[in-house]
Amino acid sequence: MSVLDEILFAIVALGTGLGAVGVVFTRNIVRQAVCLLFTLIGISMLYFLLGAEFVGATQLIVYVGGTMVLVIFGVMLTARQEFVTIRATPVEWFTAGLLGLGLFTILAKTLPALESNASEKGQLPSTGPIGVAFLTKYLLPFEAISLHLLVVLIGAAYLARAKKRPSDLPKIPLEKEEK
Amino acid sequence: MTLTSFLLIGAFLFICGLACISIRRNALGILMGVELILNAANLNFVACARYLPNFALEGQIFALIVIVLAAGEAAIALAIILNFYNNHNTVDVDRADELKG
Repeated sequence: MSVLDEILFAIVALGTGLGAVGVVFTRNIVRQAVCLLFTLIGISMLYFLLGAEFVGATQLIVYVGGTMVLVIFGVMLTARQEFVTIRATPVEWFTAGLLGLGLFTILAKTLPALESNASEKGQLPSTGPIGVAFLTKYLLPFEAISLHLLVVLIGAAYLARAKKRPSDLPKIPLEKEEK
Repeated sequence: MTLTSFLLIGAFLFICGLACISIRRNALGILMGVELILNAANLNFVACARYLPNFALEGQIFALIVIVLAAGEAAIALAIILNFYNNHNTVDVDRADELKG
């Protein structure tokens, strides 16, 4: 592992962490969305550093290009002044901080135990083997997830459709007069 | 760049997502916290795929499936939030208490 890799990793990890901190601490919902955007880009950079090019590219296309645009649309559609900044009470801050600190301490203590199983020599399979695996060994999850996407598409369109109240309907004459 | 360093970043992202879910009252802010947690899990999958040789293919496939599921989840959650906003004129989750017993 070269020194350049380590420097790059430190920069990307710092950026990702700062983005995540911004998501928690900023009060404005629009700024929170932008912080999340930078965090997601940082995570895709981490995938590239790990050598998982296909997952990194998918992360950039689907998450940064698709999901985040969707969330930002939601923010814009509901951005009335009183909802842009909703404040949490100090009790909620205290609970969340205590929970987060405790859990992070536990995780940071237990995670290094996994290091003994790790080996540096493994090389990640790239796009070709992943595609073959999806169409052979993992065909059932692949089909299930495509069906799931279809259901999501129909469900989202049904839930978010424009509803017409009875008063909004155009008045249709009951009987057409024939000439 | 060791397995532990990536897992620590994953743990940090998970904690941030958890804190975000527990302190936000805006439904969209909570959705963003969920996205953060899913990404933390994904980062763990890919890091384990890179450093544990028996997990190389499965880790990436799990990560890809989670990305697709997260996209679907965001679409449905957004549709529900917008519906709630249309009916109640608010996105504050504390006001969604009609089913309270």
